[in-house]
Amino acid sequence: MTEERDTDIIIAEDKKPELNSDWAGGDRKPFRTSYGKLMMWYFLLSDAFTFAGFLIAYGALRFSSPSWPVPDRVFATAPFGINEWFPNDQAPLIFVTFMSFLLIVSSGTMVRAVQEGARENKRGVVFWMLLTVLGGAGFLGCQAWEWNNLIAKENMTVTTNPFGTYTENGYYLDPETGEVTDEEVVEGETYLLHLAGASHGEAEEHEGEHSFEYSAEPGDYPGYVVDGLLPDGSVDQSAKRFIHRKYVIEENGEQYVRVQEFGPTAFGALFFGITGFHGFHVATGVIFLLIILINAGSGVYVARMNGYEMVEKIGLYWHFVDLVWVFVFLVFYLL
Amino acid sequence: MAQHLTYEESVRGVWKGLGLLAAVTVIEVVLSLLKAAEFAENIRILIYVASLLIIALSLYKAYFIIYEFMHMGYEVKGLAMSVLLPTFLLLWALIAFFNEGDAWRKEREKIQYKNELTVPSGEDVGMNEETVVIPFLG
Repeated sequence: MTEERDTDIIIAEDKKPELNSDWAGGDRKPFRTSYGKLMMWYFLLSDAFTFAGFLIAYGALRFSSPSWPVPDRVFATAPFGINEWFPNDQAPLIFVTFMSFLLIVSSGTMVRAVQEGARENKRGVVFWMLLTVLGGAGFLGCQAWEWNNLIAKENMTVTTNPFGTYTENGYYLDPETGEVTDEEVVEGETYLLHLAGASHGEAEEHEGEHSFEYSAEPGDYPGYVVDGLLPDGSVDQSAKRFIHRKYVIEENGEQYVRVQEFGPTAFGALFFGITGFHGFHVATGVIFLLIILINAGSGVYVARMNGYEMVEKIGLYWHFVDLVWVFVFLVFYLL
Repeated sequence: MAQHLTYEESVRGVWKGLGLLAAVTVIEVVLSLLKAAEFAENIRILIYVASLLIIALSLYKAYFIIYEFMHMGYEVKGLAMSVLLPTFLLLWALIAFFNEGDAWRKEREKIQYKNELTVPSGEDVGMNEETVVIPFLG
């Protein structure tokens, strides 16, 4: 044994730390927090990158498009005919604002559950977590209604976007005669293409007072086009028969006839993909909340004596779902 | 919410925070409707200012959720930085991809413009008297 120097730290034999063969790292916690909470944070970081990837793709595609559907027009429906209380039966953003409130409130009740957990109050934890679950389930229900409305009523699919936007000012042609009317086409305004033969619901405003029936047969008519006519004159039976109205624009003193186009194709895929991925997070969040709620109710965490840390961890996840909604709400509905 | 607050104070803090988030959301929706209103169509500055305000308010909401509801403000600084700093990498992605998207649009418009060009024929070829302008002669 070498001679002892006074710079050496002398540790008594019985105080020497045992060599850790299990990599547990002893009692010192990194960042003074538990392993579970730390790893939840890093999972959320990785999840944030996933969502950011989706949202940046959305932004790039939106920038690459000459026009984009105006959200006030696309998201203007509400259940129970609430949109009929508003002018033109359009309730812009009202329903999604309600959905946002549901998620924000459920975030608040989650904080309350965590606070009651810190006081080891089992009843409080169960009560506030139950409210959180209700908020999450309510959000999912609203989203199901919104999707159903877009798919079944407005015929939006992953590859078809019937919400087009005018890029020029002009005037509609009369659908029956093909004459120029004084009905204005406004640049930047979003329209919804309807299916021929289907009831048009709220969008009768363009049809004037006299009752005119659009033909359900594919073809090129004086004032409109119905999808499904192939170049060789035969009819594609599988094609959805969207009605595209014609309008005229004026350029350098000459009039050109234009036809209503579909909106940017990527819109449906981006909308269903990103809100679907967020909805999937809400759904798994509700399931995990329920599991931990049942565990808390049956006293599993009482025995652990760690201030209901599991509730804290699912709380982090739940707030993250709310956080992602802030950005989904921003890019899809507000901008 | 922090350890030094009493239970009653932290409970009140939650409801205050909730009210704050709800109020910010309402302001955002009002701004969004304002910028899409008919009278705003020709006021481009209003659209830009409203959009920037909406983005700023959303970032504030995100900050509030992370720092108060998720308790990041009460964690060790190293933890906060190890989670928050990597997200700044996304700033590069934002700039690069939005710029690229804009370039796609410009390229497409250029191609469309070129497709619409027609080859001049007959009398249009070469200069005629009307297109030759001699300065100072009126």
